[in-house]
Amino acid sequence: MAMASGTRASGTVASGCDFAADMSRVSSQPAPPAVSLRGINKSFNEVPALIGLDVIAPDGQITVLLGPNGAGKTTAIRIVTGAMTPDAGTVRTLGLDPEADGEEVRRACGVVSAKPALYDRLSGNDNLRYAAELHGVDKRIIDDRIWAAAGRFGIEHALDAQVGGYSTGMKTRLALARSVLHEPQLLLFDEPTSGLDPESAQAVLQLIRDMTSDGHTVVMCTHHLVEAEGLADHVVVLDAGNDLVAGKPADLIHQFWPDDSVEIAVEGDSSLADLHDLTVLAGVVRTESSKHGVRVILDSPDVTPDVVDALVRAGHRIRMVNPHEPTLEELYFAVRRSARDLGEATNEEVMS
Amino acid sequence: MNWSRTLTVARTDVKQLVLAKDFWMPMGILGSIFFVIVPLVLLFSITSLGDVEAVQNIANTLEVLPQKAQDQIKGDTPQGRTSYALAVFLFAPMAVVVPLTISTAVGAATLVGERERGTGEFLAHSPAATKEIYLGKLLASLLPGYFTTMVGFTAYSLIVNLIVGPEVGGWFFPTTQWWLLMLWVLPGFLLIGLSLVLRLSGKVKSTAAAQQASGLITLPLIAVSYAQASGAIYGTPTTTIVIGAIAWSIGITSTWRGMGAVKRQRLLGVADGV
Repeated sequence: MAMASGTRASGTVASGCDFAADMSRVSSQPAPPAVSLRGINKSFNEVPALIGLDVIAPDGQITVLLGPNGAGKTTAIRIVTGAMTPDAGTVRTLGLDPEADGEEVRRACGVVSAKPALYDRLSGNDNLRYAAELHGVDKRIIDDRIWAAAGRFGIEHALDAQVGGYSTGMKTRLALARSVLHEPQLLLFDEPTSGLDPESAQAVLQLIRDMTSDGHTVVMCTHHLVEAEGLADHVVVLDAGNDLVAGKPADLIHQFWPDDSVEIAVEGDSSLADLHDLTVLAGVVRTESSKHGVRVILDSPDVTPDVVDALVRAGHRIRMVNPHEPTLEELYFAVRRSARDLGEATNEEVMS
Repeated sequence: MNWSRTLTVARTDVKQLVLAKDFWMPMGILGSIFFVIVPLVLLFSITSLGDVEAVQNIANTLEVLPQKAQDQIKGDTPQGRTSYALAVFLFAPMAVVVPLTISTAVGAATLVGERERGTGEFLAHSPAATKEIYLGKLLASLLPGYFTTMVGFTAYSLIVNLIVGPEVGGWFFPTTQWWLLMLWVLPGFLLIGLSLVLRLSGKVKSTAAAQQASGLITLPLIAVSYAQASGAIYGTPTTTIVIGAIAWSIGITSTWRGMGAVKRQRLLGVADGV
């Protein structure tokens, strides 16, 4: 279960005799999530892979599942399309149950798996045609769709070549093109940049960003925190088959670091103790040692000039004053640390 | 059940086989050996040798054939009767062995191969129903073997008519029994073999394991098919039709039951520890 959660499905639609009032109420409700996983359990040979996993992916946004290898990200994606059935829990993809309406769900999903899953002996064109036909794209427009998708991902020049001769980057681009051929509502990307050089990875991320501007919902798995930074509208941090936190990155960061802070470094080593004494100043909540000096937690950013002034008056030569904006990476490690501490505390409680 | 998707799966698999030289070259060589080289050498030798003792001896052994079969043998000379008997009766079971060998080799690798190459993930996330995938794969496994056999059969017919025809008063091949064997009995046996092999391919962990296990299934099946093909040729057309009907019934039942062998989780390679 998550410590914090994002959008929740509304589930009900108003009814009554006043049509206008009903419509007003309906329109004011948030859109149902594109993906809703509730209390999902899944084991392989009695080894649990997912333990009570909850994931909500809001409609029209990029949701990033963050977690180390083995956290359950790929299994979660597979459950979303119905390629895998959970042992327990409720799955709703675009409002449908993938187990009962599997064909409809999979028709509305475009998937790029961690390995591109392409047919090496076939040409790029044949790979795309195969996917288009399986997804029921009208045969009269298949060629146009193939050309448009290949053009979008910059592989139109290689369509007639055998995929076995493609570079890793081209294979990923082809897999991305294949995922959008049938114009799906929901895009599921499992480590889409794995094996790519930094430039290709950046290009792929930009393409993913562009896709949400078209109104697509994207659910992406990654363990590369830098990739998720700036891309994710919504993050779910997973560990050992469980969701630790979920929500908008800014909200989560605010939740973990509710106060503003600045990192301050001064010349000389002996002054660290003085810096920690800053807590006597009004508006300073506390201080923490940081990489370059001390992080000063403030109840308002307006206090920063007072802190600097106090230090100068005390004779310090200030080398750096840097407003601290926690990154997703810091959030991720803070969440994992906090989960570990919680686990240890629970264990101690059980032991005692 | 969406037949268009089934045909798409089959067509794509066949295309991949056609593009794989390492697959169709041995297949072509196998077909050539059974349908062209061996018959050509044997029939040409017999008809060229003339009325020698060896041919007389072979002609005498024809008496062990069932009376109905003996009545069908044409030709006035020992070499004519011997070559006719060889062409019509001896090579009939070959027609079953070749497609079964080729098709089961293809079928054994088809589902487990998707998993090994990682493309099973693509199929598992596709809207294609598992039944459609199974039938598409079955068709794609059946067609190469059957196509090779029909091409080989055409070549064999030409060889037989050109070499044996002049000895027995003109072109005579294929006989009614052979038409029934090729168009009715053979597809039934292929269906039985492939339905079993695909079930295996859907369950085992590797292509190597699938090939090993399919050998255990196909060897007895080839033996049974061999015997039944001989029976179909020696017997009356009614016997052949009945043998074919039985093979089709078993094949269809086995295919129906085999559809459950494809599971999305197995395509992903995670079901039951696979």
